[in-house]
Amino acid sequence: MFEQIKHNMETIAGVEIYPIVSLVIFFSFFVGLTIWVSSYRKEKIEELSNIPLKDN
Amino acid sequence: MEMQQFYYDNKIVKKFIYATIVFGVVGMLVGLLLAFLFLFPNLTEGISWLSFGRLRPLHTNAVIFAFVGNAMFAGIYYSLQRLLKARMFSDLLSNINFWGWQLIIVAAAISLPLGYTSSKEYAELEWPIDIAIALIWVVFGINMIGTILKRRERHLYVAIWFYLATFVTVAVLHIFNSLELPVSAMKSYSVYAGVQDALVQWWYGHNAVAFFLTTPFLGLMYYYLPKAANRPVYSYRLSIVHFWSLIFIYIWAGPHHLLYSALPNWAQNLGVVFSIMLIAPSWGGMINGLLTLRGAWDKVRTEPVLKFFVVAITGYGMATFEGPMLSLKNVNAIAHFTDWIVAHVHVGALAWNGFMAFGIIYWLIPRMTKGKLYSTKLANFHFWIGTLGIILYALPMYVAGFLQASMWKQFNPDGTLTYGNFLETVTQIMPMYWMRAIGGTMYLIGMFILVYNIIQTVRANDKVEDEFAEAPELVKINASRLKGEKYHSWLERKPIQLTLLATVAILIGGIIQIVPTIMVKSNIPTIASVKPYTPLELEGRDLYIREGCVGCHSQMIRPFRSEVERYGPQSKAGEYVYDHPFLWGSKRTGPDLQREGGKYNDNWHFNHMWSPQSTSTGSIMPSYKWLFDNEPLDISLTQKKMQAMVTLGVPYSKNEIENGLKDLRTQALKIEENLKTDPDFVKSYDESMKKAAAKGEEFIPMNEREIVALIAYLQRLGTDIKVKDNTKK
Repeated sequence: MFEQIKHNMETIAGVEIYPIVSLVIFFSFFVGLTIWVSSYRKEKIEELSNIPLKDN
Repeated sequence: MEMQQFYYDNKIVKKFIYATIVFGVVGMLVGLLLAFLFLFPNLTEGISWLSFGRLRPLHTNAVIFAFVGNAMFAGIYYSLQRLLKARMFSDLLSNINFWGWQLIIVAAAISLPLGYTSSKEYAELEWPIDIAIALIWVVFGINMIGTILKRRERHLYVAIWFYLATFVTVAVLHIFNSLELPVSAMKSYSVYAGVQDALVQWWYGHNAVAFFLTTPFLGLMYYYLPKAANRPVYSYRLSIVHFWSLIFIYIWAGPHHLLYSALPNWAQNLGVVFSIMLIAPSWGGMINGLLTLRGAWDKVRTEPVLKFFVVAITGYGMATFEGPMLSLKNVNAIAHFTDWIVAHVHVGALAWNGFMAFGIIYWLIPRMTKGKLYSTKLANFHFWIGTLGIILYALPMYVAGFLQASMWKQFNPDGTLTYGNFLETVTQIMPMYWMRAIGGTMYLIGMFILVYNIIQTVRANDKVEDEFAEAPELVKINASRLKGEKYHSWLERKPIQLTLLATVAILIGGIIQIVPTIMVKSNIPTIASVKPYTPLELEGRDLYIREGCVGCHSQMIRPFRSEVERYGPQSKAGEYVYDHPFLWGSKRTGPDLQREGGKYNDNWHFNHMWSPQSTSTGSIMPSYKWLFDNEPLDISLTQKKMQAMVTLGVPYSKNEIENGLKDLRTQALKIEENLKTDPDFVKSYDESMKKAAAKGEEFIPMNEREIVALIAYLQRLGTDIKVKDNTKK
């Protein structure tokens, strides 16, 4: 069975690029997220987190 | 600024809460009945619609979609209006959402016990109901997005992001997983087969847990926990990271349900890696929830709502730590197919979803009826009996799972299995099944206490009325003020863009997994000796599906020495190419059936299905006496079914379809002939013939009855490989 599954990936054309693409997507996603979140102003964060409490 | 006056729709919230409570009781009662069927397998003997295999999907569907689903709608309809300072977009859509959903539940409650099932786990409902679910879900989405568009609060609070992601992802999952080819009004075949079906099904199964049981409830946590504790969430930044990383990573992890199966190895490993990564966002969310209570823990002592939330979030933390651990191949090798998994899902369902729902109900009802909860003492009692119930449910199941897996894998020094008879490993864990039933009973008692407490609260307080509110209209921001604006504020003002981005986030993982899945088909090595099922076997397979056999029996022999020794050669991807849908199963209450064919003779199966205890002393399998009824197997659709299979790529020839019924009869007659080699069978068969004659009934010969088709299917299982291990390279 192992010989059956081992070569599955290799038969997909251009599969070498898969791991690299995945890594790039992941890396940029989390870097972007970190930059985005850390660039919030403190007051803004405060305001946002109080939205549920001011609806009375 | 001019204040606008409007009313929050509380009545729709009330309706959803009542439905939550009603279906909570129903779903849990069915669950308890199932727990008792482990102890008294013939408790509902002879009643097909109360048999274990048919009730099991009813239990899971009732708890997930009826109980948790209604709680989710109730929680969202209340919080969404307040977070947006607007009444729901359309009362009509709200009510269509409510009544449509309840109708779907009723349709499920009728069709599942009658045996109408696609057999896909957590998506068992047949195609017409699938379409109804899609429509009602879209109604919910339109109503939610419509409300967002006419809101009076500029920023979308993070809870709403979770609601939006829930809507989008469940829609995508439901549609792709439910692609099936109808053969009749209530019967269809999955368009996917074997390994491909397994991948799609567990891509759905895993993400249904993620986006139906997790993301909406995290949204609810971000609203109701700050409300109940009267303080903002611990870190709003963390909640943003939590949201994006959770939805981004979750969608990849599905294949961890298929470790050591015939699924290609790379897909298995992909699932493992992403499952491990999932710890981070999951625990980020849990910590964010628990730390919201910093400095307010004294309130937890006195406020039952907060007690429920704390145990719920702790349960979430436990289940989301355990999930990644179970995805490690070495742990999965032990836990998979055992009661460990049952414990795992019940920590999630009973603690996380159940206790979140209870906390929200106890918080909402007094508020909406403008009074106090009838009894805090009873609520506290509910909390304690529920918590103890969860512990008493989960712990024995962990022990049972571990013990049984160890027994499955135990070898004697001479290389034979120590517990070669599967039954020995079942009788060993019966005490644990007893404890589980007791734990479940305690949890249900807690539910009844909630029912009483809520009824008394509603009776004592005011009628639920729409709530008056006012807020200034949202004015368009002046273009000059928007200069130099940062992306976040832009995004949080733009619900459509936010929804699109969230969709992209979930689709990346989805596409990267689904594209190779589609290619997998051409990558599955075909096995020359694997042939399509004969017409009789195909009908037998449909009976196997109807009776829910897949709920207790796997058809997947993992590449372990212990399994190969017990069941036969390990499963190969090429063996399942004609399986629409796949029937690998996820739990082994009974043994694997992949190589059942030829293990016993036809008479053994005949006697076993009539009374499992007669052939296997101590068996906890229920009898299937209705398969022997003096009624013919329905073969009116047989040829149509074969035709449908051809459409899906199964190579039946024109000739085979034309002669379908003839071939079916020939095979059935052969089985009847085999049965007649047993003198006991001949004796009782003659007797029943005379009985029918005495009553003046028409006597249906054995070869025309359902049991024969099922025997034909069971005898076929795994035999293609036994003939010759002939792999085309």
